[in-house]
Amino acid sequence: MRITCPICGERDRREFYYVGDAVALSRPDPDDGDIAWDDYVHNRDNPAGVTRDLWYHEGGCGAWLVVTRNTVTHEVLQTELASDAKEAMA
Amino acid sequence: MAEMNAKSPCDGLLPIAAGDVHLSEIPMTLMTSISPFKGQTAALSEALKAAHGMALPAPNRATGRDGARVVWIGREQVMLIGPEPAASLEAHGALTDQSDAWAVVRLYGEGAEDVLARLVPVDLRAAVFKRGHTVRTMLQHMSVSITRVGDSAFQIMAFRSMAKTLVHEVETAMKGVAARDAS
Ligand SMILES: [Zn+2]
Repeated sequence: MRITCPICGERDRREFYYVGDAVALSRPDPDDGDIAWDDYVHNRDNPAGVTRDLWYHEGGCGAWLVVTRNTVTHEVLQTELASDAKEAMA
Repeated sequence: MAEMNAKSPCDGLLPIAAGDVHLSEIPMTLMTSISPFKGQTAALSEALKAAHGMALPAPNRATGRDGARVVWIGREQVMLIGPEPAASLEAHGALTDQSDAWAVVRLYGEGAEDVLARLVPVDLRAAVFKRGHTVRTMLQHMSVSITRVGDSAFQIMAFRSMAKTLVHEVETAMKGVAARDAS
């Protein structure tokens, strides 16, 4: 598997550290209540198909990335800097 | 009072050679990481040019020459190697002295590319990785910075604590390449 870092270019998967669902970019406000926080901390979808995950280019430039990939076909569909993804959500 | 002696990271380990490939330590010098403040990238580049005659390198690039280089080492971060950083840089970025934190070696000679091909998951052949190109990548399991500094010469930087591992890994690959060439 190869992932294209927006900064470094196409690199071997072993340079990247998998962090988890990109839901971490959507942290609830402190006073959003127990249900929102319970959902944010504990509940994850586990789709056979397209997922959006955070990866860390640990063995490269050190950027945090959002990688969109398909868990069935192993296709990597898109990579973007997490900072860009977060700004786009604002 | 105790006598303090500077000891380089690869002291007692280098230089070594196998076949036509050599690995030597680059003498310790000043190393200063520079991270541009937000929106200050162009101004920092101008300040670097004015003070040290080298522009701020783009990602995956290095500027300068032996004795005075600026090497891109990560997102929004470069390493000034050699000169004492000018005070004029401080208005445009965060400067951190890293002089004793890194082991810096030079791998050179015909076949240096073949040695790195055994260790690094990035294509470093001259056709795609030219003089002035640099990468942050892995050498086996170690985080490194590799820069092409000559037609068949590379600068490799690893964390100082990994100096012995760095030498061991590169030496093993050098011997492997030399044995294959000899057979
Ligand atoms: Zn990267």
